[in-house]
Amino acid sequence: MSSAIKTEYLTINMGPQHPSTHGVIRFILQTDGEIIYECDPDVGYLHRGIEKIAEGISWQSFVPYTDRVDYVCAMNSNLAYCMAVEKLMGLEIPKRAEYIRVIVSELNRISSHAVAVGASQMDMGAFTPFVHFLREREHINDLFEMVCGARLTHNYICIGGVNADLPPGFIEKTVEFLDHFEPVAEQINRLITYNQIFINRFANVGVISPEKALNYNLVGPNLRGSGLKFDLRKDRPYSIYPELDFDVPIGTGSHGQVGDCYDRYMVRILEIVESTKMIRQCLKMLPDGDIKAVVKSSIKPPKGHIYFRTETPRGDTGYFINSDGKTSPQRLKIRTGSFTAMAIIPEIIKGSFIADLVALIGSLDIVAPELDR
Amino acid sequence: MEKILMSLGLDLISAKVLAMIIVCIVVLLIFVTIGGVLTVVERRISGFMQSRLGPNRVGPQGSLQWLADGIKLIFKEDLIPTGSDRFLFRIAPYFCLLGVFGTMVVFPWGTDVIVADLNIGLFYFISITSLVVIGVLMAGWSSNNKWALLGGMRSAAQIVSYEIPVGMSLLVPILITGTLSMGGIVASQGWLPWDWMIFQSPFTLMSFVIFFIGSLAEANRTPFDLPEAESELVSGYCTEYTGFRYAVFFLSEWANLFVLGGLTTAVYLGGGNLPGILEGWSWLSVLVFLGKVSLVIFVLIWLRWTLPRFRIDQLMDLSWKYLLPAALIAFFGQALYMIATNGYPLLQSIIAGVMFLLFLFMMVKFFIRVKVNLFEMNTPVNSRATDVS
Repeated sequence: MSSAIKTEYLTINMGPQHPSTHGVIRFILQTDGEIIYECDPDVGYLHRGIEKIAEGISWQSFVPYTDRVDYVCAMNSNLAYCMAVEKLMGLEIPKRAEYIRVIVSELNRISSHAVAVGASQMDMGAFTPFVHFLREREHINDLFEMVCGARLTHNYICIGGVNADLPPGFIEKTVEFLDHFEPVAEQINRLITYNQIFINRFANVGVISPEKALNYNLVGPNLRGSGLKFDLRKDRPYSIYPELDFDVPIGTGSHGQVGDCYDRYMVRILEIVESTKMIRQCLKMLPDGDIKAVVKSSIKPPKGHIYFRTETPRGDTGYFINSDGKTSPQRLKIRTGSFTAMAIIPEIIKGSFIADLVALIGSLDIVAPELDR
Repeated sequence: MEKILMSLGLDLISAKVLAMIIVCIVVLLIFVTIGGVLTVVERRISGFMQSRLGPNRVGPQGSLQWLADGIKLIFKEDLIPTGSDRFLFRIAPYFCLLGVFGTMVVFPWGTDVIVADLNIGLFYFISITSLVVIGVLMAGWSSNNKWALLGGMRSAAQIVSYEIPVGMSLLVPILITGTLSMGGIVASQGWLPWDWMIFQSPFTLMSFVIFFIGSLAEANRTPFDLPEAESELVSGYCTEYTGFRYAVFFLSEWANLFVLGGLTTAVYLGGGNLPGILEGWSWLSVLVFLGKVSLVIFVLIWLRWTLPRFRIDQLMDLSWKYLLPAALIAFFGQALYMIATNGYPLLQSIIAGVMFLLFLFMMVKFFIRVKVNLFEMNTPVNSRATDVS
């Protein structure tokens, strides 16, 4: 049917300042009323040149910068960089340090997923569960404060181990937190996850088929949400993950199609549970010993390059480091999950509502500083 | 009032005009106070639900926070964006205010405390609240902001759609009472719960549910707060508003909450009716009425801080596919029910009692369901881990 009335698309500028873009992301939308016909993501508002900074400073000095690559899960970012450098140097890490690293990074995974899940709930208009998740995150921040004095950007994991041993009472406090958190997480689930309105908003929205997920190089929970069982902790095991017993939750399409927003959301909820299991195991198996290998204050890794991947809450974070045997990296490149997740949005969102774009951003868990580095 | 003024030496006409102005100012002040206090109440309740405190610094328990907010808003710079339709932009908030405050005319504060018991009271009530949509649409259109425009359009579509099921469901009480006057509707109900309109028949309960959902949507409350969906449309139709005009929007929104509670109470929950022996104690009936209104408002606030929001198409589906047919069924069902039970008052009261018991049963079931959240959750964990040496 051709109508005589001439209509044109409405160009809407969503961001860089917009409540649902979680930081500074910008989308230029072409819409017909509320329906999106074209979506053009504009990245780079938070670009701080972290990769270039690495070329001018010493190897250890770069660790605090990795905190800022993804401040929602600073421990995991620390771990990714430090492990890459250690692999490059061929350094052996004491067993206790490995366990502490896994404990803190799994704790940080819980807090990161809590923020991701809570933020997507808030985007759906449910503010209360978000606040409850943030309250739980505060407890994790308290634990981190005990360990290293910092709550958000920790600079705790260092090349060769960790910076400080676990303080007395940390294990008891962590167990106490886990005992408290598991029922509370279920309580929050009862509040929101099984809510029919919430399911309606998330199920069958932003469906990413497994093929598309692979083509667009989605990683981490986003990939698993599409039903592909791939987790670096299981499939390319590193650190002490092979010794731990945990499942890799994948999207099952429980309320819609496989790969919809609800699946990605649910994968994160289930990963929180898996992380609590892992922490409990680690706390039981925690050996005594050193917390740091002997590392010189000025390290010079041998010439060569390495690409090392770890599983962070936002998926596969890879550090490519090229060393020319000097006191700072010759080139450092960070590959992050948010960037590829951002790239898939225009493909998926065509023909759906503005409200669905908000749901999709929330479920893909895009964190602006990680996106732009 | 007129007599007092005339005794001061005024002639009849100026006394009437002056009396009207005074009444208007008093009404405005009452509503402003109610709207303001409700903002604080809502923030305190939401704080309680989110394990935080909420405003508690200005005045005892933060009870004067609304005054501080109001003063702050009035002293803010008054911005009118470039390219906006200045005239519409200026007058839009007052349409919202008028739509809400106009209901004061027929607001049944108690059994006989009412400004004007119009014989088309309920109709007037529904019509005057529709002015709000014009204000919202004007605000959205004149702001020269695309988010505001989308918010205004959403609001127009939403309120117009939900007017229909709400109007239809209100036909059911009208069918029973045979009057549109608010006083008449309140008087036709008793003070006992099973004498209330909501429990008269299965169809009145059904119409209550439809009315409640629809009125949530008309008041732009969660889960229907799409016109100002914060995470989607920044702030919807009032994105560009600042200062006093924003305060007016704000105020009318919360006063609307009270109006909704009042309408629900008057039509379905027995208004301010008192037992026979307390006949004539109008201040007591006002208290009863306000008590019931507070309960309804608490439920509204509770819903807002619990539920996520709908998407626009789901919202329309709910209205046109479910609520409208259900309202029609309730209307015809009630008509048939009245024909069938006509002349059997005993049967009618038995059914009313059964409906009341059913409602109680549902409440008990609900509390059993949420009991685990109330009693079995031990929330406080390790106190802040400050023992870092």
